[in-house]
Amino acid sequence: MTTDNLPNNNVPLNNDEIARYSRHLILDEVGVEGQTKLKNSAVLCVGTGGLGSPLLLYLAAAGVGRIGIVDFDVVDASNLQRQIIHGTKTVGQRKVISARDRILDLNPHVRVDLYEEPFTSENALQIGAGYDVIVDGTDNFPTRYLVNDACVLLGKPNVYGSIFKFEGQATVFNYQGGPNYRDLYPEPPPPGLVPSCAEGGVLGVLPGIIGTIQAAETIKILLGVGTTLSGRLLLFDALAMKFRELKLRRDPDAPKIERLIDYEQFCGVPKQKPGVSLENTPTSSVSVSAAAEGFARLSVQEIQRRRAAGWAPFVLDVRNDREAGIVRFPWAEALIPHTEVGARLAEIPKDREILVHCKLGGRSAQAAKVLAEAGYAVTNMEGGITAWAKEIDPAMPIY
Amino acid sequence: MPCPVSIALPTALRSFAGGASSVSVDADTAGAAIDALLDQHPGLKKHLRAEDGKLRTFINVYLGEDDIRHLQREQTPLKAGDQLLIVPSIAGGRA
Repeated sequence: MTTDNLPNNNVPLNNDEIARYSRHLILDEVGVEGQTKLKNSAVLCVGTGGLGSPLLLYLAAAGVGRIGIVDFDVVDASNLQRQIIHGTKTVGQRKVISARDRILDLNPHVRVDLYEEPFTSENALQIGAGYDVIVDGTDNFPTRYLVNDACVLLGKPNVYGSIFKFEGQATVFNYQGGPNYRDLYPEPPPPGLVPSCAEGGVLGVLPGIIGTIQAAETIKILLGVGTTLSGRLLLFDALAMKFRELKLRRDPDAPKIERLIDYEQFCGVPKQKPGVSLENTPTSSVSVSAAAEGFARLSVQEIQRRRAAGWAPFVLDVRNDREAGIVRFPWAEALIPHTEVGARLAEIPKDREILVHCKLGGRSAQAAKVLAEAGYAVTNMEGGITAWAKEIDPAMPIY
Repeated sequence: MPCPVSIALPTALRSFAGGASSVSVDADTAGAAIDALLDQHPGLKKHLRAEDGKLRTFINVYLGEDDIRHLQREQTPLKAGDQLLIVPSIAGGRA
């Protein structure tokens, strides 16, 4: 990790840079002065996923002098449908390394600082302090609130983008006295009430559009030109191909942000583990006793062992039709999306033990809770069909 | 007097409303419109309202460009043809 924070200075453009940035230099709004500002600017991007990919490429191409990237994930084949900074050759590589190499190939004049660790309440202020603008390219609520609060405490603009399926949101928070994320959404949803891209899917080009909007806003802030999205929430719907703008104001009732808190606790989700992929790994880490939850949790190995010994529960797949069309267990007896389980109990036999599974184990745990409350004897397959494909049957596809 | 208005639903919540992207209701306030929406699609209820009946803090409702929190909240009056827009908090991949 690089922690030295260079003070901004006025290093002039060299001849290579003048040739490279000529299309900027002839713009009145940029010119040599603006391009020199970009060269002496520093931007921190939290996340090198769908949003971070186009953002980092355009910031690097534009000649932002120093770019910091925070990520501790590893490139997975399923990322490449949208995370275009990475490539087939870098599958399996650490994302910060893959991103840095691509950035330096695009523009060797950029300095890249790598933070291969989770962005946490312990390191956020120290890391963020060294940058002019912080960009939220994260994929989860705890980190989004952390990025926001750190920006408020540091007095830095937070360039925000978020996506789901075909829809995106973008704005600039905490800029020149403008509103921040907590003015828009004071609190995060409890887990399970808003679906994630991992279960809902996302159009690959969508983060490309939102991420490039974030890049444009970042560059405008660094240059001090134009009108930013501060005070406006931009909504984008790729299916309808419509942009729409909503007013975003300071919430006079919002509590003052005075320090960083425990954001996983705030959002009611388990802690991030360094070295463990956020979106590519089954979520089987929560261990709560069956008595407390009302249902059992078993690993895929244990389920395999018990099945081999003759265990024959009613196997309920709670994913959707699309997912089942990709891969399914031949021994699953019913397919009911997890949101419909409560309304379709008649299709689930009361006199048999139920083994419920989804892709990664999260949705099935929600369904297991519903079934347990309805009086069923339920077991959740931890890690879902993905864990099964990884650990039991490598011939199965992973999506 | 209740009048015909529509409520646009975001992708994230459509699966709880039978896939509908827009729902027509008769209502005279924003709160009444949401209640009428929940009568038609009870599956949305826990996503929009907390146990105490209040709108959830990660759900924003807009009339035109304005967040009803900055108008008269659920008492915000509606006129015929108004469109409400529900905008939930979305995070991306994990969540």
